[in-house]
Amino acid sequence: MSGLCNHSLELTGLAGDPDSAIHRLDPRAKVIGLLSVTIVAVSAPIELWPVYAVCAAVLVVCAAVARVRPGDLWRRVRVVLPFVLVLGVFVPFVREGGATYDLGLLTAHEAGVQVCLAVSAKAIIGTFSAALLGTTTTFPQVLRALEALRVPRLIVLIAAFMYRYLFVIVEEVGRMRSALVSRGYNPRHMLQAGPMGRMATAMFLRTYSRGERVYHAMLARGYNGVMPQLTPLAFGRADALFVAGVLTLILSVRIAGAAA
Amino acid sequence: MTCVVHARGLRYRYPGHHEALRGIDLRITHGERVALLGPNGAGKTTFMMHLNGLMMGEGSLEVAGLQVAKNTLQRLRARVGIVFQDPDDQLFMPTVREDVAFGPLNMGLDTEAVHARVAEALGKVRMAHVVDRAPYQLSMGERRRVAIATVLAMEPSLLVLDEPSANLDPRARRELLEVLESIDRTMLVTTHDLPLAAELCERAVILAAGQIVGDGPCHEILADAELLAAHDLELPAGFDLGAIERRSRPLAVPLFPR
Repeated sequence: MSGLCNHSLELTGLAGDPDSAIHRLDPRAKVIGLLSVTIVAVSAPIELWPVYAVCAAVLVVCAAVARVRPGDLWRRVRVVLPFVLVLGVFVPFVREGGATYDLGLLTAHEAGVQVCLAVSAKAIIGTFSAALLGTTTTFPQVLRALEALRVPRLIVLIAAFMYRYLFVIVEEVGRMRSALVSRGYNPRHMLQAGPMGRMATAMFLRTYSRGERVYHAMLARGYNGVMPQLTPLAFGRADALFVAGVLTLILSVRIAGAAA
Repeated sequence: MTCVVHARGLRYRYPGHHEALRGIDLRITHGERVALLGPNGAGKTTFMMHLNGLMMGEGSLEVAGLQVAKNTLQRLRARVGIVFQDPDDQLFMPTVREDVAFGPLNMGLDTEAVHARVAEALGKVRMAHVVDRAPYQLSMGERRRVAIATVLAMEPSLLVLDEPSANLDPRARRELLEVLESIDRTMLVTTHDLPLAAELCERAVILAAGQIVGDGPCHEILADAELLAAHDLELPAGFDLGAIERRSRPLAVPLFPR
């Protein structure tokens, strides 16, 4: 379990050329740009498939400029994508309408297939867009962008602490699991899951008391409810150009499609 | 000599629990390095938490020229730097730079001054090269030194360290000791590591069951085997106190940082 977590955590860093034009953009520009790609794609029905194509093209161009290798993106995307796609797989058999295709035990419907394709396209664009943000922007920078974009401070703070202590907690879970395994714990069916539950309880209590200690340490250094910021973010011309370019492109295709 | 810590009849009772501090009288003068020794549960950490008002008990406590009270907390916390036992509790920002900057920013310093403080504090603990790393990427010894930098950056009058050598391998412990010896601050070090106390501090105070039961020059306290044994403290077998003293005494209270 800890092996899997560590593997996933390795995927949180930057990838590609850290000095590329995309990496250097203000994190707010990237958050706005890539989020709007996702939103526009999600808002487009299947008939407006050119919107998907344009959104995908924007992502491909960004990835190319940032020199993110397809492999790096794929390794991140494959962690999330299966969960998202599995939702769409059943739709063709449930949603009725249009022509039907007999597949032995199951019957697929044309309307359902269309929904499935649309859901898949949206899921793929959204996931790649998030992964691209992750490869070109460090998590602390994303958090700062969110804070600057007026996401409630409490939520940003919770995300920041989650990120900081994820690694500590993963190590702790790994140690507890080693301790269980080295005393012969080898669960083979659900009835033996008890110790895991108790481990989760212990984990909760530990993180709770750690939270208290961290808060003390913050108070000891003069924390008064506001997280101070060291370097201000700078939204320059390149950032404005990036946001304007992306928005103009995808919105014009989206609106033109809707009007036609 | 001005007093950095002056406690008179300090008492504290945990809600619904036993009395953790039972009348502490202690004076620490400017420039002293004091080891606070005692078994687990003696009240060392509780006392430490009083020094910057994280806990407030009965009696009188003056620290760094301020009476510990609600209205002095913000100023007090700028003057008292506490380094907690687990560096993971202390280092909560995404990068070392932001973490070291946290205290000075809370003190209301401008960005330029904060950057200067960050560089200086990390330089003092010889950790300037990790400024852009994340805390989880550092070893335990490195984290502990960065944790010290986070409070040094606030330029406190009093530096309080809770078990600074816990969980360190011998080399990391040696490096930490060298760093601590080079810092010219009034220091209060709570520890079970008696050799560390002997090398670093010229005075030792033994706390047991919430009371001070021994106070004197470190080498005398540590040479008193009966006193140590009575309070569950002991030097490592075969440890030669004399050898330590001769080596460290000239460094014990440096007037100027190296």
